[in-house]
Amino acid sequence: MAEDRQRAAAAAGPPAAVAARSGPGARGAGPRRKKSAARGHAAPGESLLWLAPALLLIAGVVVYPAIQLVRASTGRYSITGLRLGSAGADNYRNVFHHPALTTVMKNTAVWVGAVVLLTILLSLPLAQFLTKSFFGRRLVRWAIIVPWAVSLVITGRLFSLIYNYDYGILSRLLQWLNVIDKPIDFLGDDRWTMPAMIAVGIFVSMPFTAYVFLAGLNGIQGDVYEAARIDGARPWQIYLRITLPLLRPALIVATVLNIIYVFNSFPIIYTLNDRNPGFTHDTSITFMYKVAFKSAERDVGMSAAAGIFNVLLILVVVVFYLRTLRWREREKS
Amino acid sequence: MTIGKRPAASVRRRSHSRRAARRFLLPMAGMVVVSFFLAPYAVMALDALRGSSEVLRSPPTFFPREWHLSAFTEVLSDDRFLNWLKTSLVVALAATVIVVLVATPAAYFTARFSFAGRTAFLLLVLVTQMFSPTSLVVGLYREFFEAGLVNTYLSIILTNSAFNLAFAIWILHGFFSSIPDEVEDAAHLDGCGRLQTLWRVMLPLTRPGLVTAVVFTFIAAWNEYVVALTLMQDDAKKPLTVGISSYVTGYEQHWDQLFAASLIAIVPVVILFAAIEKHLVGGLTAGSVK
Repeated sequence: MAEDRQRAAAAAGPPAAVAARSGPGARGAGPRRKKSAARGHAAPGESLLWLAPALLLIAGVVVYPAIQLVRASTGRYSITGLRLGSAGADNYRNVFHHPALTTVMKNTAVWVGAVVLLTILLSLPLAQFLTKSFFGRRLVRWAIIVPWAVSLVITGRLFSLIYNYDYGILSRLLQWLNVIDKPIDFLGDDRWTMPAMIAVGIFVSMPFTAYVFLAGLNGIQGDVYEAARIDGARPWQIYLRITLPLLRPALIVATVLNIIYVFNSFPIIYTLNDRNPGFTHDTSITFMYKVAFKSAERDVGMSAAAGIFNVLLILVVVVFYLRTLRWREREKS
Repeated sequence: MTIGKRPAASVRRRSHSRRAARRFLLPMAGMVVVSFFLAPYAVMALDALRGSSEVLRSPPTFFPREWHLSAFTEVLSDDRFLNWLKTSLVVALAATVIVVLVATPAAYFTARFSFAGRTAFLLLVLVTQMFSPTSLVVGLYREFFEAGLVNTYLSIILTNSAFNLAFAIWILHGFFSSIPDEVEDAAHLDGCGRLQTLWRVMLPLTRPGLVTAVVFTFIAAWNEYVVALTLMQDDAKKPLTVGISSYVTGYEQHWDQLFAASLIAIVPVVILFAAIEKHLVGGLTAGSVK
């Protein structure tokens, strides 16, 4: 019985870790492990009965809005949201000719690239650290959970005060440590706005990423290390040659999910950047939102076109990433 | 995992110094990590405990000059705040109930039976996770606008349920698959029907999975922002995440109240999350590290 429970928990472990805020999660490990689990056969009628609630919910609140999004992208809308007629491909043309598009795309690339890369680089040692047993490890794990559990808007709002030029504690702290001699206007100074937002992005992405790595590290059998040590491998050799390659699945899961989350991340940029007019520090997600609901344009159709563009963009990036991995793998073998 | 257990004399000294390091350096490093991740929230707590005018004092001080609990009492007696709290609770609870009711039969059935369209269904569930509510927000807005459901609890309850469904299905699917067939056969022999087996025998065995799915859905719905920001324009119906922004606007700057409200919103979620921490890492730690 105890063993059963453990197995069950193990089966559930990685997908749970992967779940995060909006959780595309379980893709990580759950499904692959149990392909032959299904046993009895069931009639189509009966299966429909069991799956109907889920199908209805998905059709109504995921598929239908997706269709609406496509429809809206080819429509003309009044500022109050009434459909005025078809716009053909005008909305798409407007997105591509939008004066802010270059800036927005550059911001998106910098935001996603920097946050994902740095998050992964910083989470690897953190996860390694969490595998050690020491006094207070529980406390450390709980502390790390906090930025993950807290709503991103709240953390974003909090940092908007921490970064504040006049009242922010960060400038004060850096002055006290003699790192700077004048306060920095993190959210008003164009040079600092993006780095400041990236720092918050990393701060909130690390917990989830570290937990994915932790689950991966826990899955590596101890005797692999034992064997390497007996063969006289040094710790860094063990890390590079054994730990990292065995951590590959966790690395891939963490990278793909982080790309999706960070790309779709809205609250941090929306709250930290709300003082700045225009689209100077917006990513394509906040750009899309502002076009529909906040800017002078208030153009639902154009925003929908931008939304479609976003969905395709993230799809292309993720597929490209997975392709590159497979290509490299084939190259190796 | 078994570092320091080797008996060979040549390595004994190294393992000894390692043990010493483990005793002092690791807990110290741990404290550094703890302060790094908690420091911003400590700032939040300290700002909630000082008066509004003191938050906006330049240069800022680390600790309040005067400690007040007034922000908390003000927030708790503010009808707006109580309304937002109510919305958050109603929405998160309703979404969680819906997710459990909808995901359980689907997960059980796909884990236990093969049928036409099983793979297609699992794939569909997976694909829904490629879309975040953020990327579909304009489509969602159009749908609920045309259905006249803007500004209703129902709209965000449904959205939160749909976008947390996939995770719940996958995790429960994993748990159901790991239960040996014999357990179910025994229940059948004892005369249980399919629903009864699910309810009486299978569900109790998947409790950790169920708890994890419930907690995750609740937290995700509690923290949801974009859809609520878009759909709930009536101030009395906003959830906490959207509502509390009105404490700090161009017209009023009650940072102490914003942070007091934030802390009230954060605490239950952090406790819930800590409660399922073990399941986040998986059951593997139970066997090897402890």
